[in-house]
Amino acid sequence: MRYLPLTDDDRRDMLAVIGAASVDDLFNDVPAAVRLKRPLDLPKGQGELEIDRAFTAMAAKNLSAGAGPFFLGAGAYRHHVPAAVDALIQRGEFLTSYTPYQPEIAQGTLQALFEFQTQVALITDMDVANASMYDGATAAAEAVMMANRITRRKRAVVSGNLHPHYRQAIETYGRFNGFETVLKPTDAIAELIAAIDASTSCVVVQNPGFFGGVQDYSPLAAHCQSVGALLVIAVTEIVSLGLVKPPGAMGADIVVAEGQSLGNSLEFGGPYLGLFATREKFMRQMPGRLAGQTVDTEGRRGFVLTLSAREQHIRREKATSNICTNSGLCALAFSIHLALLGEIGFQRLAELNHAHAVQLAERLTAIPGVTMLNDSFFNEFTLRLPKPAALVVDELAKRKILAGVPVSRLLPARADFADLLLVAATELTSDADMAALEAGLREVLS
Amino acid sequence: MNDWSRAVSGFTIAGGGGRTVESDETLLFEEDGAGRCGVDLPDAPKVTDRLGGLRREGRIGLPGLSEPQIVRHYTRLSQKNYAIDTGIYPLGSCTMKHNPRLNEKMARLPGFADLHPLQPMATVQGALELMDTLAHWLKTITGLPAVALSPAAGAHGEMCGMMAIKAALEARGEKRVRVLVPESAHGTNPATAAACGYAIDPIPADARGRVDLAALKAKLGDDVAAIMLTNPNTCGLFEDQSPQIAEAVHAAGAYFYLDGANLNALLGRVRPGDLGIDCMHINLHKTFSTPHGGGGPGSGPVAMAASLAPYAPLPWLVHNAQGFRLIEDAKDEAAHALGRIKAFHGQMGMFVRALAFMMSHGGDGMARLSGDAVLNANYLLASLKDVMSPSFAGAAMHEVLFDDRFLGDTGVTTLDFAKALIDEGYHPMTMYFPLVVHGALLVEPTENESKASLDRFIASMRHLAARAANREADFFHGAPHNAPRRRLDEVAAARKPILRWRPETKADAAQ
Amino acid sequence: MSTVRYTKEHEWIRIDGDAAVIGITVFAQDQLGDIVFVDLPEVGRHVEKGKEAGVVESVKAASEVYAPATGDVTATNAALADDPAMVNKDPTGEGWFYKLKLADPKELDALMDEAAYTAFTASLT
Repeated sequence: MRYLPLTDDDRRDMLAVIGAASVDDLFNDVPAAVRLKRPLDLPKGQGELEIDRAFTAMAAKNLSAGAGPFFLGAGAYRHHVPAAVDALIQRGEFLTSYTPYQPEIAQGTLQALFEFQTQVALITDMDVANASMYDGATAAAEAVMMANRITRRKRAVVSGNLHPHYRQAIETYGRFNGFETVLKPTDAIAELIAAIDASTSCVVVQNPGFFGGVQDYSPLAAHCQSVGALLVIAVTEIVSLGLVKPPGAMGADIVVAEGQSLGNSLEFGGPYLGLFATREKFMRQMPGRLAGQTVDTEGRRGFVLTLSAREQHIRREKATSNICTNSGLCALAFSIHLALLGEIGFQRLAELNHAHAVQLAERLTAIPGVTMLNDSFFNEFTLRLPKPAALVVDELAKRKILAGVPVSRLLPARADFADLLLVAATELTSDADMAALEAGLREVLS
Repeated sequence: MNDWSRAVSGFTIAGGGGRTVESDETLLFEEDGAGRCGVDLPDAPKVTDRLGGLRREGRIGLPGLSEPQIVRHYTRLSQKNYAIDTGIYPLGSCTMKHNPRLNEKMARLPGFADLHPLQPMATVQGALELMDTLAHWLKTITGLPAVALSPAAGAHGEMCGMMAIKAALEARGEKRVRVLVPESAHGTNPATAAACGYAIDPIPADARGRVDLAALKAKLGDDVAAIMLTNPNTCGLFEDQSPQIAEAVHAAGAYFYLDGANLNALLGRVRPGDLGIDCMHINLHKTFSTPHGGGGPGSGPVAMAASLAPYAPLPWLVHNAQGFRLIEDAKDEAAHALGRIKAFHGQMGMFVRALAFMMSHGGDGMARLSGDAVLNANYLLASLKDVMSPSFAGAAMHEVLFDDRFLGDTGVTTLDFAKALIDEGYHPMTMYFPLVVHGALLVEPTENESKASLDRFIASMRHLAARAANREADFFHGAPHNAPRRRLDEVAAARKPILRWRPETKADAAQ
Repeated sequence: MSTVRYTKEHEWIRIDGDAAVIGITVFAQDQLGDIVFVDLPEVGRHVEKGKEAGVVESVKAASEVYAPATGDVTATNAALADDPAMVNKDPTGEGWFYKLKLADPKELDALMDEAAYTAFTASLT
């Protein structure tokens, strides 16, 4: 077997040193009754050739996003990832290293995390950010638990414009952790304010919202502050922050985001990258790992994992979170992509996304019977179709056009949403793609 | 002797020679050049914006760099890291095994990597087939009938499993409040149980390093929801009373959760389901070789007994004559599902890699894999036991636990010893864990080390043990001497946390 | 005239009528090592005897600080935020944690005096 270096001679020599007759004898602590006495009922081992063939065949059964016009978003976005990103994250020293618990020989990872934290703080306009969470949804659930700790309250008010998966993750965590989640099926600030009471720890909103609209949450932030609740703003399309007023400038106390858009491909939903940022005064209540700057015994700048006493390996049942493994390599990819973009590139990328979405919206709303839900948007918007959106999407998929996400896929219980279609455009969306979707939609709707 | 500077200078290094890794690497932000950009993007078409007046104002503060600067920056940073690719990474209970590059290649096939999670299911049948195949392998290996794929990492899997247990208890109309956790457990176990609203009740170990069965039985009662046990445990020992533990736990109406962090020792030899467990997570990033990436991502599928399967989280993957389908809503057969624990369907990129690894070894190769892992650990034990102090007598499983008795009154601590190992060109072992012995050193070589590699590592360990016995405490206190950094001031880092770069102000510059 | 009492959790409490000052002992700070952060109860909070009132952290450990007596927090040592090392340097003086207005000074009779505490710590090492 190509991954096993020991030869039969090695095994014999090693057993002699140990003083055991066979490898099986090393398992003598396992009671005979529970030992498996036959091979597992699974296929035999295979070489690279066979594996490559089998996997390529499975992959070929899928319609990949790049194979035709593509307009899906709803929390996962298809962007161009510069070639240097994948080349760098595949360096073995990044790819095959562990969590940087030995800082003297992990400065590469630690400095990269410190730079990542800085980038996340800058684009969200917050004071500090952690070294990543699993994804945006789990980051949102962790944000609610952090708000509960800070406020000593146990009730989260959730906007109807929060991604349904994020809301559902919060509800699941709440059911078992013991906090209440109150869904307001609206993103109207006055109605969200009306839902806040003395037991409310936080309000969770999303910007741009799940349906695509952008809104200034500053008035909500001011109200939250006046009643001792925290404002959590979720961002599912991080590229928007190149163009849209950031959560920090609106007064958010905690920002959670999905970072997949930068550096990471769609991957059928994972692994993704949870971003988590907050204000300095809440720093020690943050979940997850943190890289911090310090010096070594010779006074040279270096980086370490810090404030670890909050974490499960030290604090155990009193930890701020049970998280251990995070999304390290996805964070590195994000950071390299954002470093390549820089100030100018990040803003240009956002401009390009927005401009394509505006063009697409103009084309699609010109189709008879198609109307738009949003007044404003970044790179994604919601259309109301004259037919059930899921049927339209399936029809267009047969024509190899991946037209968008039917809202019913995520909110099946809302019959009034059956005709809503979420459509996203990015820098990858070409004129030809837009024309193909427009033509396809006209045909399917006629 | 392969000290650090030579270990890394073997690789590279344009311009700086072997000294590059010892030099400072500036931060991205300190290389900022206004107007510079590492990506050439087309001009955006002129449109009237639809941002509702919410345009971002002012400079964000991101630095401008070109591609060659970025490539050099990250390449130089990478050279400051130790990795499996550079040498043995003997972190106990972390299972740092070789990461085959075939798996990377397969995960990057556009038919997997370039799929949106919400595409129509008819367009992703191959991806769902892969998930189903992975689930089948995991079920067969664990001997349990159901697998939830969505947990994002081991701790997330623990949370998923404990939620399922709590949901099952609620369905029985029972409110149980305590979870039993051995003192040798990973910190995630108590943290997870607490996050699920349980009180933690520690169980002591016996003199053999296993759970004290009598103490466990004494703690069981109708308010106990579950026991969370790692097997082999973090002392590297098989919990040989697992069947009796299962019997006692089940008799008390509680569930048996197995922390699968150490599954590597059992592959093809023991199916955890045969030990009577109800639920376990599997760290694909340990046992099945998906790369650890400097801290993640992981993947933590949870295998469940039939009694817990109805409470598995959404989505569910099912199969019928029409093909594969995800159930994303808690209704019909998934009516009792505990809801979503993250967005979308799980860590697909890790599923591809893990399945490629499993299929490479095959069902027939699993026992050889675990056999070599255990053989390597016992060879280390046999070769070091005369100069170090194994915590428990007898054979180890896949990892070996030493404590600091062998350091005695030399003035050398476990930390010093570990740091000195860096100068020998190695990543240290897990230190000060588990908590059940003093100054723990937990060593896990995995199946991927050759005998020659182990012999070099043993020579270094023996050399250091001799230097400690020779009372060279000053040498140890100063270690590492030859790493990119000497010991770092963690106290200063925690007292005045600097968690991000900030531009130098005029006041700073004046100082 | 003030008196000082000690808990098994290694807090000291200096009592003057119904006012009290609380901190951790020399023994406690020595066990924890370099203190990096102290989380104190906010002024005005009501704390219950034996319940958690704060957390003290070193790099590798974190430990709850329990209230030795029931009462309302009247002041906290804000200087510890900037200089947590004060707990190591002068745990029973400038490294104090918080002040309480005691609900029932008699509650303290059950705590250890200095001699008893010294004997108690000797039994631990």
